Amino acid sequence: MRITQGAFSFLPDLTDDQIRKQVQYCIDNDWAVSLEFTDDPHPRNTYWDMWGHPMFDNPDAAALMLELKECRKAYGDRYIRVVAFDASHGWESVKLTFIVNRPADEPGYRLERQETTGRNIRYTTKPYAADRPAGNRYG
Amino acid sequence: MSATATAESDTPIAEIPTAIDLREEFESSGVKDVLAELDRDLVGLAPVKKRIRETAALLLVERARKRMGLAHETPTLHMSFTGNPGTGKTTVAMRMADLLHRLGYIRKGHLVSVTRDDLVGQYIGHTAPKTKEILKRAMGGVLFIDEAYYLYRPENERDYGQEAIEILLQVMENQRDDLVVILAGYTQRMDRFFESNPGFRSRIAHHIDFPDYADDELLQIATKMLEHQNYKLDAKAVAALTDYIAKRRAQPHFANARSIRNALDRARLRQANRLFETSKGPLNADALSTISAADITASRVFSMPSRAG
Repeated sequence: MRITQGAFSFLPDLTDDQIRKQVQYCIDNDWAVSLEFTDDPHPRNTYWDMWGHPMFDNPDAAALMLELKECRKAYGDRYIRVVAFDASHGWESVKLTFIVNRPADEPGYRLERQETTGRNIRYTTKPYAADRPAGNRYG
Repeated sequence: MSATATAESDTPIAEIPTAIDLREEFESSGVKDVLAELDRDLVGLAPVKKRIRETAALLLVERARKRMGLAHETPTLHMSFTGNPGTGKTTVAMRMADLLHRLGYIRKGHLVSVTRDDLVGQYIGHTAPKTKEILKRAMGGVLFIDEAYYLYRPENERDYGQEAIEILLQVMENQRDDLVVILAGYTQRMDRFFESNPGFRSRIAHHIDFPDYADDELLQIATKMLEHQNYKLDAKAVAALTDYIAKRRAQPHFANARSIRNALDRARLRQANRLFETSKGPLNADALSTISAADITASRVFSMPSRAG
């Protein structure tokens, strides 16, 4: 099951050239771009691991592409996303994020039902991948 | 979502032109303006200007060839600027960045000027991230490494400079589309640096040597600097400054235009002092902006015995 989080996730995967253009767009808007990766793609897992620092003073997207290449080399079997942070006063938050790398195989989520008092049912989604210990989840 | 750029198709099918008018290209790309500006703003430096003109012509032709589908590789654009201090290397590097930007060889056209301290770390594992950070900042523009020979310290084999050099070389080779590196420094020390780092020599296509300024060129530079700040020299001060330049050159640590700028700064200081101490009534604009001979001859250069004789 293809995971759809962030922008462009219903589109076919962006090519490197398209990623570069999007990143350049972010930089031209004065947003600091950075990379994050994870192997726990639960929708509520907002805090992914950071790859390097946010790039506050790089005027060109080539810098992020360089880091992306490095990050793919190290964590090519996990999810990697680009995060564009707007530091301007009043915003100070992430303006755009999109996935730029996925594991080859995405098993998706299991729906768990928990019966509680009064025959109520609580639902939980769990990534199948999370059954395995962190670090060995994909591939 | 309006906040995202449209991901348009990446390979627009451009028509291959059958003929390109170089003259027209020269003017429309703005290269002409950059070169004209260079001629106008920089005094002297005839060989440098000639080399830049040649480089610009080469890049223009290369660009035309690329458009016609005759060339595919990005030419090597890394350069080395050698010359004594104060001969305009940084200024020319800035113009070079502008030139390359207008020709479309670099995307942003900014200049990141660094020295050894910015690239080399202080402990193990510190250098690589530091160098990378600078390289990332310079991407899309020009990385100007002043006094590049300090990167290599043969007397200390555990020096971290070597690590910075290796990263630099790698990026210079693999990311030629993304940034242009300009190394600068004194001629002799740069020659020695290149000898001990053959990797650099082979990756640098353009070596430009900056000659020292002649005395009359320095005087011209001085007048230009003062004009810029709305100061002027009276006739006697011009003579004194001519004298000063000749004397200053013979002394150690002469740094061409930089020495002149410092001398002028000090002359302004003395002028202000003189006005403050001697003026009785109100001063007009003319008095406030005239530097007289006394402001220049008070320099220690005139009282010191010249070493070179």
